[in-house]
Amino acid sequence: MKIVGLSGSRVGSKTWIAMDYTLGVLAAKYPDAETVLLDLADYDVQFSDGRNYLEYEGDTGYVTRTLMEADAIIIGTPIFQASIPATLKNIFDLLPVDALRDKVVSMFITAGSSKHYLIAELQLKPILAYMKAQLVQTFVFIEEQDFYRKEIVNDDVRLRLERLVEDTVILTETFTQIREAKEAEYDF
Amino acid sequence: MEKYRIDESKGMEFGIYTLGDHLPNPLTGERISAKERVHEIIEYAKLAEQAGVDFFSVGESHQDYFATQAHTVVLSAIAQATEKIKIASSSTIISTSDPVRVYEDFSTIDLISGGRAEIVAGRASRVGLFDLLGYDVRNYEELFEEKFELLLKLNEEEVVNWNGEFRAPLRDARVLPRPVAGSMPIWRAVGGTPASAMKAGYAGVPMFMAHLGGSTAVFKRTIDAYRQAARAGGHDPAQLPVATAGFFYAADSMQQALKDLYPHINEGMKLTNGQGFPKQLFAQGADPQNIMNVGSPQQIIEKILHQHEVFGHQRYIAQIDFGGMPFDNIRKNLELIGTEILPAIKKYTAK
Repeated sequence: MKIVGLSGSRVGSKTWIAMDYTLGVLAAKYPDAETVLLDLADYDVQFSDGRNYLEYEGDTGYVTRTLMEADAIIIGTPIFQASIPATLKNIFDLLPVDALRDKVVSMFITAGSSKHYLIAELQLKPILAYMKAQLVQTFVFIEEQDFYRKEIVNDDVRLRLERLVEDTVILTETFTQIREAKEAEYDF
Repeated sequence: MEKYRIDESKGMEFGIYTLGDHLPNPLTGERISAKERVHEIIEYAKLAEQAGVDFFSVGESHQDYFATQAHTVVLSAIAQATEKIKIASSSTIISTSDPVRVYEDFSTIDLISGGRAEIVAGRASRVGLFDLLGYDVRNYEELFEEKFELLLKLNEEEVVNWNGEFRAPLRDARVLPRPVAGSMPIWRAVGGTPASAMKAGYAGVPMFMAHLGGSTAVFKRTIDAYRQAARAGGHDPAQLPVATAGFFYAADSMQQALKDLYPHINEGMKLTNGQGFPKQLFAQGADPQNIMNVGSPQQIIEKILHQHEVFGHQRYIAQIDFGGMPFDNIRKNLELIGTEILPAIKKYTAK
């Protein structure tokens, strides 16, 4: 099972801190899972120009290919201007139609205000559903006050991230089993 | 329809196309050499002609896993190797070519073949060739529209005066040689969406519609949109042929056909497009109302006749060889086409 942690912004550190914690949980609980961190701050990703994802080179090509090879993706993202960041939207634009078919996607949000709570519901989930992802419906919403000096200090957030990891893995295993059983029935 | 060399009294035409892909056989992991693949395609055309197939076309794709980038050269070899089958491209990427050179090439193929050449012009589904051939992909739409228009003009007029953005102007230019009949059928390749079909309709140009899977009814909307646009553009849809093109595979049973074909499509698409073909969607290809022509010869006959009833199209073009399909399987398909499928199609569609 290949799980990609996608940190969706080049700004700030809270998303990165939460992603670091989440992937740490993943590695500790599921040492057999192959884990890849894609922190968009580390990559120079170009804007989508409509080409097939295989035709991008350099960092852009690496990021798109890594996502296309994933069985599951954990998205962590801040909210800017009451919206998902452009860096994250660009990732979706770089990928083909139906890119998330047969992939499980889960998410956590880091936001400066509780007023942004519905952004994931209203913006992120419809995109993921359109791209045919299997969603972990419950996401983790983390606020500024949950961090102190580069650490998550709210134990509730910590426990919720642990459950997010478990749900992501269990759902990926389950959907893989269902798909394999169904495909075996076709017998071709 | 005579302008496009279509005689509906003889029934719907049955053709074969290849993209010229050069992919490993997923069952063995082995890939024949480019030389073998090119010769295989020429042999494929010869066998298709022997089976009574009306039309054979070869595509142009400038990327890994393809062997017929120089598709006109392959077509000229086919012109020499065959006697009566119509030959064409599927498609020629006119956006990144000079229409004058394209027309010269195809006129010459028409002369070599004794009047059997046609051009199918497309826009490319992948854009890597823009870099390779020195074009800016930002002009994707306009490059095609302008050059396609010029190509049509070259076909209609022997002495051409023309001005455009992407090519040097032509002043009293004579583009030679001329095809045997003075002009050739030129089709517009369409990807299956109504918006794309309407462009062919407005221009009053025959439509070559490619399709993967899905219900026949969905593609009917595209064909309707094409004919409506043609009418709106002042053309008579009854004079404009429509061709449909997609996956085809005949075997003893539906299950066997799906089994034989699926790994080639799925693995081939992964390598060329980066995404496989979902098994669930492929399984629905068995449905009589699904546009994928797979199954036993009898099931395929029923599917194609159903499509003909819904579309009223003039030509169906089968893709059999994608994804490293072993040549023996292709040979067997041609045998089933020649002995069972073609005679039935002709019998029931002749007007």
